[in-house]
Amino acid sequence: MPISESQAFEKVKETLVEALGVDDEEVTPQATLTGDLGAESIDFLDIVFRLEKAFNIKIPRGELFPDNILNNPEFVQNGKLTPTGLAQLKQRMPHADLSQFEQNPDVNKMAELFKVQTIVNYVVGKCN
Amino acid sequence: MRWIWIDRFEQFEPGRRAVAVKNVSLAEEHLHDHYEAYPVMPASLMIEGMAQTAGILVGQARGFKEKVLLAKIARAEFSELVLPGDQIAYEAVIESISPEAASTRGIVRRNGKEIGQVDLMFSHADQNRSGVKFPQENFVFTGQFERLIAPFLEGGHA
Repeated sequence: MPISESQAFEKVKETLVEALGVDDEEVTPQATLTGDLGAESIDFLDIVFRLEKAFNIKIPRGELFPDNILNNPEFVQNGKLTPTGLAQLKQRMPHADLSQFEQNPDVNKMAELFKVQTIVNYVVGKCN
Repeated sequence: MRWIWIDRFEQFEPGRRAVAVKNVSLAEEHLHDHYEAYPVMPASLMIEGMAQTAGILVGQARGFKEKVLLAKIARAEFSELVLPGDQIAYEAVIESISPEAASTRGIVRRNGKEIGQVDLMFSHADQNRSGVKFPQENFVFTGQFERLIAPFLEGGHA
């Protein structure tokens, strides 16, 4: 069912407020899930469940939050993503903005890729 | 000592909803210190009672294949104290369930009156995201728990 970006943002914001117990104002487009909003691994699962309900979509495991990249030695070496790893990430996360991350693909900075806007882009793509 | 905080299932709809009751007795050890002068059922143990009710509901829905572990308490609110002599009823409803996790919402009643809401998230240990491996045998669902729901299931697991 088609949805505008601002409608999607409002619903995503509501979802994150419920799942993470943060205030409305904290949920800005560039806020990172783990850094700014304090999300932990179990919260990611909660977020996926609630998004499925809110937008009436199915989110296959690993589609919104890709797994199996960090534990693959082909993709990660010396704490950074290899070119193969980066390519794999780009393919699995068309909804994320990788421009900054590309310049220094440090594994520890990967969490910063998961921003509110990333989720909004994903649901808009799924609904339209 | 058995870590079991529900006495009996009153209703069990596989894959959907369950109600279990727990009788609060002055003879229970945890009440002797909580509190000595005024025994009350600790809220943490009521959350555990709901977790056991919901956890069994979730586990049975997937044939007890995975180890169902309580991962997140999304909401736990109580509006009244529960005292010795009361009967607590935990009503748990499955909201969503997938191979990796499940979420439930629940109502806690004291002698029939609604006094609490407890919403939980469970993780299915063997399907967890971090790839951590757990021991082979299912240490979560021992025979004790299965006996509780046996009366509601036709000839074993649904």
